[in-house]
Amino acid sequence: MEPNLEVINLSKCYQHKWVLKKVSFKVYPSDILGIIGPNGAGKSTLLYLLLDLIEPTSGEVIYFNQPLKKEKSMLLKKVGFASNYVSLPYSLTVEENLRVFAHLYEVSNYSEKIDRLLEVFKLQDKKKFSCRTLSTGEMMRLNLARAFLNDPLVLLLDEPTAGLDPENVRYVADYLKHIAKERGMTIILTSHQLTELERVANKFLLLKEGEVLAYGTDEELFQKFRVSNLEELYFKIFVKG
Amino acid sequence: MLSRRRVYGILLRHFYLLKHSLSRWIDLLYWPTIDLLLWGFVSLSIQGKEDGFLVYHFLGGLILWNILIRAQQGLAVGFLEDVWARNLLHLFASPLTLLDYLTGLIIFSIFRAFMASFLMGVLAVLIFHFNFFQQGIYFFQYTFGLLIFAWSIGLITIALILYFGQEAEIFAWALALLFLPFSAVFYPVSVLPPLFQKIAYFVPTSYVFEGMRSLLLGNLPTLQSLLKIYVLDLAYIFFSILIFLYFFKTAKVKGKLTKIGE
Repeated sequence: MEPNLEVINLSKCYQHKWVLKKVSFKVYPSDILGIIGPNGAGKSTLLYLLLDLIEPTSGEVIYFNQPLKKEKSMLLKKVGFASNYVSLPYSLTVEENLRVFAHLYEVSNYSEKIDRLLEVFKLQDKKKFSCRTLSTGEMMRLNLARAFLNDPLVLLLDEPTAGLDPENVRYVADYLKHIAKERGMTIILTSHQLTELERVANKFLLLKEGEVLAYGTDEELFQKFRVSNLEELYFKIFVKG
Repeated sequence: MLSRRRVYGILLRHFYLLKHSLSRWIDLLYWPTIDLLLWGFVSLSIQGKEDGFLVYHFLGGLILWNILIRAQQGLAVGFLEDVWARNLLHLFASPLTLLDYLTGLIIFSIFRAFMASFLMGVLAVLIFHFNFFQQGIYFFQYTFGLLIFAWSIGLITIALILYFGQEAEIFAWALALLFLPFSAVFYPVSVLPPLFQKIAYFVPTSYVFEGMRSLLLGNLPTLQSLLKIYVLDLAYIFFSILIFLYFFKTAKVKGKLTKIGE
């Protein structure tokens, strides 16, 4: 099976400070990779490098066997992105925001798709509402709906469940798991909600100060570090050192 | 590669914003109206009679200057809208190319310039009996020269914001004004001090406004004057594209693109 995304020796240095050091991994269809690490570990930087929003110091990002640098616009049509740290224009309505992005991703039959996604993310009654009136959780759900507009094969999510109530955290996590399996979608996500992350992801990348401390499936990592769950693993690696 | 759908997406984003924002309509239509009325009546009172060159000279200059300002802001403020909305990363994480994005902003800037100048033109006819559009094709020859220069300033403004962050947003309003004294909008270049005249020699707008005044007196634009405008315009747009691309690349290298608006 060909990987959907391959990262080769990806590094980023700002004025002699390395924020990411030689990160390499491959993710395949239906893989859900959880990136874990304390604040400042380089998780968001890694996602931004995967979207070419930051120029790498060295290394390469390859989607579907093609380098991102060479075919950026074409490849990003099949990549979705949502972040808790990036917003949408508040003056526009929910539907208008989705329409704008449907055009940016050149989505066909977008009206039907918008209706379907609003239903999936429980926002159908907010369709004509200004984004200014949405709660933090609703805004995040809208962001997720936007990220699914182009039927991505790779989905990058930066703390997608931050701001959601426990019910919606569970709902979104289950949806991500279901959709990855059903469509062969690769999902890469960062999160500090370890319990939910453990339920969703089948692979983990542990980052500390830009370095990969461990990478593998949940089983491999739990066995290697002699822990029984992700929270234990986190504390063993990042807190006790 | 330019995509019409993506360009349309950018246009749609700005038209939706305009649809919901009274303050943006005020910015687009209210200030030009006030400017026109104020300067129209000031020049009318100085002139002392209803018809005459002074009023036309002032209003012509004012309308053209507004075209430049609206077009420049269409680009610079258009970019700032996405900075303010913290939406910039969503745009650049999408298949949108720089060419798509800037093309969308440029088309929107033409719309802004058209709206403001059309309103001013109509008011000038109704209130001051000055038909600016009577100049026909010659008016467009000058206007297009102004638009290219406005886009150059807009691109440099965006480049400065990319490099220095949101602190530099003041340039969206201030940078074009830097060229105002040398552009001879309301006076001939000959009244400027020698040093300023030398600077005006390298500013395309000085030829546009001198040409416009000459046109109002019935003199058609010469090929030489149009060449001066467009050669300077090409030089400005060429260097502004280089500066923009360099600063955009630098913003990505230094990670500034992901920090703007935070």
